[in-house]
Amino acid sequence: MSEHPPVRDWTTDFDHTDEAWAADPFPIWDELRRTCPVAHSDRYGGTWLPTRHEDVAAIAYDTENFTSRSVVVTNYRPPNIAPRGIAPPISSDPPFHAGARRILLPLMSPQVIAKWEPSTREYCESLVDDLRGRDVIDAAQEYAQHIPVRVIARLLGFPEDDADLFRGFVHHVLEQVTLPLEQRFLGMQDLFEYLRAQVQDHIQNPRDDLTTAMLNAEMDGEPVGMEHVGGTVALLLLAGIDTTWSAIGASIWHLAGNPGDRERLLAEPELLPTAIEEFLRAYAPVTMARLVKHDMDWNGCPMKADDWILLSFPSANRDPAFFENADEVILDRQDNRHAAFGLGIHRCAGSHLARMELRVALEVFLDAFPVFHLEDPSAVRWSGGQVRGPRALPLRIG
Amino acid sequence: MRISIDLERCEGHGRCYSLAPALVEPDDIGNGCVVGDGNVPPDQMDNARQAEANCPERAVILEEQD
Ligand code: HEM
Ligand code: SF4
Repeated sequence: MSEHPPVRDWTTDFDHTDEAWAADPFPIWDELRRTCPVAHSDRYGGTWLPTRHEDVAAIAYDTENFTSRSVVVTNYRPPNIAPRGIAPPISSDPPFHAGARRILLPLMSPQVIAKWEPSTREYCESLVDDLRGRDVIDAAQEYAQHIPVRVIARLLGFPEDDADLFRGFVHHVLEQVTLPLEQRFLGMQDLFEYLRAQVQDHIQNPRDDLTTAMLNAEMDGEPVGMEHVGGTVALLLLAGIDTTWSAIGASIWHLAGNPGDRERLLAEPELLPTAIEEFLRAYAPVTMARLVKHDMDWNGCPMKADDWILLSFPSANRDPAFFENADEVILDRQDNRHAAFGLGIHRCAGSHLARMELRVALEVFLDAFPVFHLEDPSAVRWSGGQVRGPRALPLRIG
Repeated sequence: MRISIDLERCEGHGRCYSLAPALVEPDDIGNGCVVGDGNVPPDQMDNARQAEANCPERAVILEEQD
């Protein structure tokens, strides 16, 4: 697309949808951290990229100067639907945010999520059963991809057969960010039409699931309203799929390319929870965004109202000023205050779910396929944009 | 040693109760909640230190006692 020529100079013209970023962003961030720790690009109408942990944290904590009104960088600025935003709580700012988040947290607490573990395991086992006996599989497309879709469909109480539809919505909202506004809008309409039908069905047939719980939710003694319900349900559908798919895929990719680490996990399975935190640190899939609220000088950067901030939790996680041997994957890393699930008030509400899915997915995979290698490293393809993970991952199993 | 959670900073990442389940448990929204009086028995020192060193918000507080 002519609007997005390849990036020549990352310090002045970065673009997170560039192919070089998708394939290997780490050297780009390392270089920026050293030479230009809060870089600026004119793309998307003006975007800033902090790459040090210190700056990423400061912006995540600063809800006075930065708004979450939109967290996906595109060429246009969404209208200000204060205080809720389009998909509460991720698009909400204080003070409204706390109430919207309070509704969601008990529905996704560690205790609630634990109940979904057996069915998640069963599903992962059915996936590996279908792959057994093959020489080469695509672990991204034939395994990792399916797990979060199925799990979130069950939690929301949506038809499990609609998996392909969900994935299409997610792809449109999170990956096709360079499309013209009109086409973006049409895709969103499809998503909202679909959700409207599902929510209607839950109004008529209430049941024990997240959608019904949102319909019964109250803020300040009042039902939250249909826009709020629709926005949150859309968020749960969008926020949990590409992200978890990416985390599972990146972990398997690491183990495929580092047989020593794979063998160590087989020998010391109790290390898996620690190793998972390290995979989340080193291959954090999610970059968030903020909009600058007003013209200001931020630590010497002349920020303008409505400039984007690409809030790179993945780069913060690789900052050598914050982590020892930041560029190495150390399975038993003891001190790991990583920010893969964000920092501050918007900490991923699905983190307990995501961690459960990741652990079960890896346990089942390693159990079924203790030996696997990259079939063709050059055939591995990573998604760019704000959610980065393997989208093609051919492995030789056995 | 005593362990406590700074409720102003805690955002419910849950690292503390995963690493030191005998010392911290989740409340209904997934924030960390100290079990009992917060005194850390000798066999839990390691877990307490790990909980502290893995909280992204620096909300786990350890205090030495005499
Ligand atoms: C490994 C997988 C995942 C990663 C790395 C991840 C990452 C993140 C990050 C970085 C944020 C912070 C947003 C911000 O600062 O603006 C966030 C927020 C959120 N995530 Fe996740 N996420 C994952 C999986 C999930 C899942 C499975 C769900 C639920 C279905 C989910 C639901 C949410 C929600 C509702 C928020 C908004 C919380 C708020 O604004 O208060 N995420 N996620
Ligand atoms: S690890 Fe930190 S933020 Fe997370 S629940 Fe424990 S104290 Fe709270």
